[in-house]
Amino acid sequence: MSPREAPDRRKTLGEFRVNGERREVAYEPHRTLLEVLREDLDLTGTKHGCELGECGACTVLVDGVPVLSCLTLAQEVEGCAIETIEGMADKGELHPLQDFFAELGASQCGYCSSGFMLASKALLAQNPSPSRDEIRVALSGNLCRCTGYVKIYEAVELAAKKLRGEPCEPSRECTHGR
Amino acid sequence: MGADAAGSGAPIERPEGRYLHGVPDADLKVVGKPWRKIDARARVTGQTRFADDLFAPRMAYCKLLRSTQAHARIVRIDASAAEAMEGVYAVLLGKDLPITFGILPVSQDEHTLCIDKVRFVGDPVAAVAAVDEDTAWEACRKIVVEYEALPLVTDVFTAAATDPEAPHEHRIHDYGRLGNFHRQENLEFGDLAQGFGESDLVREDFFFFEGNTHLPMEEHATLATFDPDGKLCVQSSTQTPHYLHRALAKVLAEHVPAHKIRVIACPNGGGFGGKSDPFSHEIAVAMLSIRTGRPVKVTLTREEVFYTHRGRHPVLMRSRIGVSRSGRIKALDFETHLDGGAYGSYGTASTFYTGALQCVTYHVENYWFRGARYFTNKAPCGPKRGHGTPQPRFALEVQMDKLAVELGLDPVRIRKDNLVPANSLTANWMRVGTMALGRCIDQVVAGSGFLDRWQKLPHGKGVGLACSSYLSGAGLPIYWNAMPHSGVQLKLDRSGLVTVFCGSTDIGQGSNSILAYVVGEVLGLDPQDLRIVTSDTDLTPVDLGSYSSRVTLMTGNAALQAAERARDLIAPHVADKLGVPRNRIGFAKGRVFDVSDPDQGMPFADAVQLAESKLGTIGTTGSYRPPKSPARYKGGGVGPSANYSFTAAVVEVDVDPETGIYTVPRIFVAHDIGRSINPCLVMGQVEGSVYMGLGEAMMEEMSYRSDRFGVHKIPSMLDYKSPTTMEMPELITWLVGDPDPNGPFGAKEAGQGPLLPIMPAVANAVFDAVGVRVDEVPITPEKVFEGIERARKGKEPRVGPTKTPHVDWPEARKVRTPWQGGTGLEVEREQEELAAARANGGASRERRGD
Amino acid sequence: MLRLPKFSYHRPASGAEAVRIVAAHGGEARYVAGGTDLYPNMKRRVQRPGHVVALSRCQDLRGMRGEARSGVTIGAMTTLSAIEHDPRLRAEYPGFVHAASVVSTPLLRNMGTIGGNLLLDTRCNYYDQSHEWRESIDFCKKCDGSTCWVAPSSPRCWAVQSSDTVPLLCAIDASVTLLGADGERRVPLRALYRDDGIDFVQKRHEELLTALHLPATNGWRASYRKLRRRGSFDFPVLGVGACLSMDGDRVAELDVRIGGAGSWPIPAQKTVEMLRGAVLRFDDAASDELIRAAAQEAYKPTRAMDNTDLDAHWRKKMAPVFVARAIRDCLPGAPPRRDVLG
Ligand SMILES: Cc1cc2nc3c(=O)[nH]c(=O)nc-3n(C[C@H](O)[C@H](O)[C@H](O)COP(=O)(O)OP(=O)(O)OC[C@H]3O[C@@H](n4cnc5c(N)ncnc54)[C@H](O)[C@@H]3O)c2cc1C
Ligand code: SF4
Ligand code: FES
Ligand code: FES
Repeated sequence: MSPREAPDRRKTLGEFRVNGERREVAYEPHRTLLEVLREDLDLTGTKHGCELGECGACTVLVDGVPVLSCLTLAQEVEGCAIETIEGMADKGELHPLQDFFAELGASQCGYCSSGFMLASKALLAQNPSPSRDEIRVALSGNLCRCTGYVKIYEAVELAAKKLRGEPCEPSRECTHGR
Repeated sequence: MGADAAGSGAPIERPEGRYLHGVPDADLKVVGKPWRKIDARARVTGQTRFADDLFAPRMAYCKLLRSTQAHARIVRIDASAAEAMEGVYAVLLGKDLPITFGILPVSQDEHTLCIDKVRFVGDPVAAVAAVDEDTAWEACRKIVVEYEALPLVTDVFTAAATDPEAPHEHRIHDYGRLGNFHRQENLEFGDLAQGFGESDLVREDFFFFEGNTHLPMEEHATLATFDPDGKLCVQSSTQTPHYLHRALAKVLAEHVPAHKIRVIACPNGGGFGGKSDPFSHEIAVAMLSIRTGRPVKVTLTREEVFYTHRGRHPVLMRSRIGVSRSGRIKALDFETHLDGGAYGSYGTASTFYTGALQCVTYHVENYWFRGARYFTNKAPCGPKRGHGTPQPRFALEVQMDKLAVELGLDPVRIRKDNLVPANSLTANWMRVGTMALGRCIDQVVAGSGFLDRWQKLPHGKGVGLACSSYLSGAGLPIYWNAMPHSGVQLKLDRSGLVTVFCGSTDIGQGSNSILAYVVGEVLGLDPQDLRIVTSDTDLTPVDLGSYSSRVTLMTGNAALQAAERARDLIAPHVADKLGVPRNRIGFAKGRVFDVSDPDQGMPFADAVQLAESKLGTIGTTGSYRPPKSPARYKGGGVGPSANYSFTAAVVEVDVDPETGIYTVPRIFVAHDIGRSINPCLVMGQVEGSVYMGLGEAMMEEMSYRSDRFGVHKIPSMLDYKSPTTMEMPELITWLVGDPDPNGPFGAKEAGQGPLLPIMPAVANAVFDAVGVRVDEVPITPEKVFEGIERARKGKEPRVGPTKTPHVDWPEARKVRTPWQGGTGLEVEREQEELAAARANGGASRERRGD
Repeated sequence: MLRLPKFSYHRPASGAEAVRIVAAHGGEARYVAGGTDLYPNMKRRVQRPGHVVALSRCQDLRGMRGEARSGVTIGAMTTLSAIEHDPRLRAEYPGFVHAASVVSTPLLRNMGTIGGNLLLDTRCNYYDQSHEWRESIDFCKKCDGSTCWVAPSSPRCWAVQSSDTVPLLCAIDASVTLLGADGERRVPLRALYRDDGIDFVQKRHEELLTALHLPATNGWRASYRKLRRRGSFDFPVLGVGACLSMDGDRVAELDVRIGGAGSWPIPAQKTVEMLRGAVLRFDDAASDELIRAAAQEAYKPTRAMDNTDLDAHWRKKMAPVFVARAIRDCLPGAPPRRDVLG
């Protein structure tokens, strides 16, 4: 190819493994994973707030690692295991993170929630009993404008307990104040 | 009696106390419990469809071309190259939509796309619909716009100095007052000279509150579909579908009549006031859809969201306050200067709001308010969480702190001694009902150990206290009318399903769930079993929108009325069937039964069928309008509310004196909520408000390159600083208060009030830590450092403004206070009214709001 | 939605192949590692390569070798997260790990690589803007325009060196291997950067950074102090790397580099000279005074301009404070760094 040649505009055919399913997509090579998920696979649970890596709303798991889909080229993750929010519940049964995000209102508008829950899921996979500071650090790449993060921390802590098989009732402080 | 009869005819306003605030907690099954939101599962599984999640067959994508100039005449626009591009369906220019719009009737000053001039960098100039976003973007780049620069105005001093004789295009708008003044208001309550005369101490301070923006995580998006039958459907991330409907009907009058326009507000990915105006992009896609016969979607980029703005006004303030030796406020002379940006937006209301609530926390004997709003060549300001009240609240709470220090009182004492009494009228005729600010203060003071720590912590560490109040919904609608502010319809199905129809919009605060809790409580149903249909102008009765913390109170009261009417339709027939008196019928756990013998009864579905077979189709309506306000003077329409929430906060800071950098380890906050309909959701609102307040206090600001083209300096998520998990402190929250007779089951607002005390509490804590007064928001490390350096050099350790622009204020509208025997009218009009009353035997004049 | 411009994408399997592709396309081609710098720049249209050459499949750019006693080599494609969580690096190069762990956010560190971090584009808030925004200022010298709006009378660009690891790695005298069309060379990082916002690395366009070499740990201690608004996301607007080795109580060697405040990691020459041979102890008033006085000399060379977050004058005043703190961190007895701010 000569250096001056126009960029290739033709679509490429790719195969993605999303939430355990194989999906074939013909897409333009310059598209990001965010665009392919939302616009070609209709998986609109993955959100976007900046498309520049500055907010975390577009977080998905690639081979279990939380990354930003707005800065990931779709081509780069063909063949990888991609997990989005749509894959988090198991046959209609909510994942404990989803359950507690719902229970406590850790999801207010819910726009940031998929990013937070996927980042939290990756954290809990590595560290089943994180301290609050560890949760803060792990979630420091996700912005939420609604909750002030307080309920999010509580939800992650309760989900961690549930996953560890421990009792996990929300505290009265959390739901009613002191 | 038919269902229809029961569902209408009753007066819109109901007497205070008709909203079940008196029911004891123990008797409530749903209200007061931390229920899950009814749409929580959708939100956590990614199934909630926000506006940009909508796709339609044949859908075209729209991009807007925005002005690259801050203030310029448009000399020429040539879109031919764009129109000729493959994949471009239509290009829209300003002349295609000549009718103006704007949220307030008094400032219809926006064109969908600029026609003859642009007023800020980012003002929309053209709109393209194309096969995909890339093509639409490329097409925008091919539209040639020739500009001729006009003088740039980016601050209130320059705006104030605009020569009124200068050629008219030097003015940003040719309406408003002279030059670049948009509004000038002057209101005087009581006798200021006497008040200051009686004062032992008078302080004058200047404050500045920089503008900031909502930064909802969701970027605005709209999908418009003009169908072959000539009907237009606009689905948008809007907090105010009803007002958007009005704007569309006005601007598109020649293309589609109002009754053929349907607006559906999608769930909002955060709003905070930023999605409350009708916007150019919403109207542009509607018109493009009419033009192309295709669904057309627009999604703003984050940068464009900064231009859309309508956020917190930068406000420069002067506050002169007179107090007695013991700290009692005798007189307050408060002046605000609002840098409004390029358009009117809610600005008229914002201006009044900067003067409306000063007297609602503390009793002020004599009050003088002057407020000016200016047009500048920046993104238009509007309502953001707290609308117009956080700025003066910051000033007043810092000033109270200064007074306490100067008088040798403590910040707790001076506040508690001045508390506005419950069930009273303020100097500016706001009616305060229940008021638990004293208890809020006690909670945070005791909980934080404030009095043991204030002025006693080591250098660098400090605590600060501040208070606030906020309205539970504006007392008047945005356009004057006598209709309800909120309407609810119930449809009762034979299956036992109750569908609740309401025009309100859930922006994350949980307003859909509130409808379910209220109706569920009255009809004894599980809230999760109800179907809630909201924010669709074709299907749902009008609710004015999700702004001014009005939704829980107003839709709650409307829903309460509709549900009570449904109960009253059903109960008699069940009573007859059971052969018991009607007043023994109860509704609970999905059953309708005899309360003295609960086994005697039937499932709710059977009760509905029974009633339907007697009455025909069962449906009811409920509506709500806030009580008439005693503030009848011009401008008194802004500030009144059915009830007010109150908040107190203590903030801890840890300042590094070598750099000025500080952190906030803990915040204590207590909020007077009346009674929580759902305490868990209230907690969420309080926490979110504190978070947003902390962002405003520490770092958020809309900054512009005033010297360089007037561009927004940092229109991105990275550079506009929103606190991350690393900044959010530990938060200790108390919910206090007693059920308020005007709120549904006694509820007050929660979504805005708790934001207000955070900024002044941070400022007061910084002073406690290092002795530096930063009389400006945000309180950045640079400013703290500057104060420390000034102290080191023996100068006054203060950072902040020292003057306000010169304004030739219009003559004050004088209003006598309640304790002067006033009537809530201007003195002038009091006399007119008296004369008129004498002349024709009593009919008082219609109240007017602005 | 902000989208990428169109381009051709190449995914070579080795560094050598990648070099060949870039050499063939010249200025039209660019490497991409994690893409966390390149893709935002492309979306903003400040970089518009027609050919993007991904390094993700180049196994030869991955992995870590060596040991602390002789020095460790890290493949350019190693992510910042991998560095942050590597137990050996944590134990032996804590200063470096700290610098890597305060870059951006955990999510970005899962994607961003050390190679990309070393070659991060310089930043300026007249430049890190969309095409439309830059059109409003008639563009600037670094991209599509002719004036530098930060210093309109200056002939150069003042965009800011903004990588967190660079000041520290320069201070400890790390080096890198560059693979070009005609072979490999090893370059000390101190010699890689230039004081120019546009032309900020001394390497040929096709040269590929294949590995980073950390020097042997023979007694020196290093520290990085970062100034930024928030504890996450934000680039450094001042970032001081210091490396100190002591001979008993005496300073044997010291190197201090100031990042985020000029177009390259600025050496704090005078400060270093003043402290060479000085007697320094941790938590000792006389030592602190000496350090403070020497650090004051860092004020002058710091080139904070009005093109980043936070006030330029204040940032300049903070340089001596941060320099002193970074040096103090390196004294025997100083506690390990955990903080994320300052
Ligand atoms: C929101 C946000 C915040 C950030 N904050 C910080 C921060 O605080 N501190 C910080 O240091 N960085 C920050 N970054 C920048 C970036 O994430 C990191 O610097 C990251 O390490 C860059 O690595 P990369 O692999 O993603 O680089 P890429 O984007 O892939 O590449 C960067 C540049 O280096 C070139 N390149 C990459 N690898 C090689 C190679 N092996 N040989 C030759 N050329 C190569 C590319 O062509 C490109 O020009 C931030 C980025 C974002 C989006
Ligand atoms: S320093 Fe000057 S030339 Fe360089 S990017 Fe900034 S404005 Fe452009
Ligand atoms: S969309 Fe904001 S980080 Fe990806
Ligand atoms: S819940 Fe709305 S942004 Fe997080």
